[in-house]
Amino acid sequence: MSEKVYGLIAEFDTPADILHAAKKVRDAGYRRWDTFTPFPIHGIDGVMKLGNSLVGWVSLAMGGGAFMSVVGLLWFTNDFDYPMIVGGKPNFSLPMTFVPSYIMLIMGGAVGALVGMLALNQLPRLHHPVLHKPRFVLASRDKFFLLIGALDEKFCETETRKLLESLGGKHIEIVEDAE
Amino acid sequence: MSEPVTNLKNYAAPAELRRAPVVECSGGLGVLTDKLSEFAEAKTPLWWWLLFLPAAFCATVVLPFCLFYQVFTGVGVWGNNHPVMWGLDIVNFIWWVGVAHAGTLISALLFLTRQHWRTTIGRMAEAMTVFSVMMAGLYPAIHVGRAWFDWYMFPVPNSNGLWPQFKSPLMWDVFAVNTYMTVSMLFWFMGMIPDFAVLRDRATTRVRKIIFSFLAMGWTGSARHWHNYEKAYVVLSGLCTLLVFTVSSIVGLDFCTSQIAGWHATIFPLYFVIGAVFCGFGMILVILIPLRKWCHLEEVITMSHIDKVAKLTLVSGLIIAYIYAIEFFIAWYSGDPYEKWVFGHRLFGHTYWILGWMLIGINVCVTQLLWFKKVRANLALLFIIGVLINCGMWCERFVIVVGSLYQEFLPANWGKYMPTIWDIGLYIGTLGAFFMLYLLFVKFLPVIAISEVKGAMPHGDPHHPLGGAKKGGHQ
Repeated sequence: MSEKVYGLIAEFDTPADILHAAKKVRDAGYRRWDTFTPFPIHGIDGVMKLGNSLVGWVSLAMGGGAFMSVVGLLWFTNDFDYPMIVGGKPNFSLPMTFVPSYIMLIMGGAVGALVGMLALNQLPRLHHPVLHKPRFVLASRDKFFLLIGALDEKFCETETRKLLESLGGKHIEIVEDAE
Repeated sequence: MSEPVTNLKNYAAPAELRRAPVVECSGGLGVLTDKLSEFAEAKTPLWWWLLFLPAAFCATVVLPFCLFYQVFTGVGVWGNNHPVMWGLDIVNFIWWVGVAHAGTLISALLFLTRQHWRTTIGRMAEAMTVFSVMMAGLYPAIHVGRAWFDWYMFPVPNSNGLWPQFKSPLMWDVFAVNTYMTVSMLFWFMGMIPDFAVLRDRATTRVRKIIFSFLAMGWTGSARHWHNYEKAYVVLSGLCTLLVFTVSSIVGLDFCTSQIAGWHATIFPLYFVIGAVFCGFGMILVILIPLRKWCHLEEVITMSHIDKVAKLTLVSGLIIAYIYAIEFFIAWYSGDPYEKWVFGHRLFGHTYWILGWMLIGINVCVTQLLWFKKVRANLALLFIIGVLINCGMWCERFVIVVGSLYQEFLPANWGKYMPTIWDIGLYIGTLGAFFMLYLLFVKFLPVIAISEVKGAMPHGDPHHPLGGAKKGGHQ
């Protein structure tokens, strides 16, 4: 088992610092980098050019799928497989299908939002190289971390370290990934 | 880089534009984290045990005892009988669903309307929703009488070739309540993922570390994680907001699609939604006020939060008062003698008239006290008002359910309804189970949305001096 360099991580004290550092890292031309913060920093997704999250589409797809499935289920059960007249009403009509299918749209949409969020974030995962850093426990407390990945074309241990130092990053450390 | 900001006055808005801070915590983000996770990590205090043990007794002894006796003997052990076929089982079902609604309203609707103050009480409200929907879901499952046939309510192929009858609002209820329970649990759980990571990173024992590592699922707080998380949160909030207006509407439809005088009114779906929210705000006050003190959360759940909850209670109470007025007016205006009879007997009949007056006295009159700032600042009084609102709304459901059934169209169909000890035992059991689950939540899980509160603090704003911004704001 060998240890491979995963990236270089730096610690910042305030949200303004990490936002500033993120802008500079982006301007320096890095592509494979990420920030780790205890709460979402306003504006950082714009700096990182993350665009629109796909979670909404996953949710829409699952919600829409659930809606259509329930309409189909109601038609199959009450009109096709075992038609039975109740109260002189038609076996299948849109008003009757709306409520159950709408409710299942909400169910499908909600499951889609959670599953989509986890899938797009590649969670659950029980291992991440940054979690091995003793100081990283502060990422859920009051410190803000910026990691530049070793897979980045511009990554150079000395140059990248210099950049992070010039941005005011503290405790700059190499993150290793066990292979 | 981060020079100390000395002259804060230059950045401050004029006094009339300033809002009360969301959190009155004087320290930074680290101090806040300590404060918010303290209760889940510290030694269990005495008050917790004093509340937990009786609640656990009700939940693990009284509830199963009443439940099994009823299931094995039959619905006859309850007071339900001709003509009052819907008794305390339905009253309590609606009451529990109602309690749930304010939680969703606070956590979802107030999120969509960007009310930052909700961040501190949102988690507690969501937990209230999750546990009370569980209690609500219990009633329809057993009041069908033969609980082992519950699966007939789901579209499962069976040997008789029968399917559920989807034209009935009672069938829609099955969908609505199950969806409500599932979605509010998902919403609650998803909101807790970043906070599980906080507890994981703070864990001092190996057992805690392992448990919270599994629950946090490898959350690192990466900007990409947050990006998808925030989107999912907005989507879930939107869907939960729809549920606030859907679930109780469908419960209302159970009533208003019938022909019974007092039930057959188009206002019912709206009536039930607002009643539910009103009742839930009462429960929020009952839960929030003691927990705030005992868990030492006064700096996080400030008087401003309590004040806002009280104002929302007042607003929903006023709508309820308006709906009562409309109900009585329409009963008179309709000219229908049966409607007039039922509504007249709500206040001036026999046996149940006291509940009718309690409904008016509490839900309409007592609520008006919340107009006064002094009342909204008096925690003891607010707690009592919260308890009273829960009682008042319980009376309302009793008056609607029993009050319309005990004297219907034919005098031959007149009768009385009295709950038996099994009705009451089951209700006490569900109350116990609710509070037991709630106390376990308070003890073991992050009771306040830690990451959300941090984001709402000035320390978390990159454009605020306390968040490290330099003069001139945008860098």
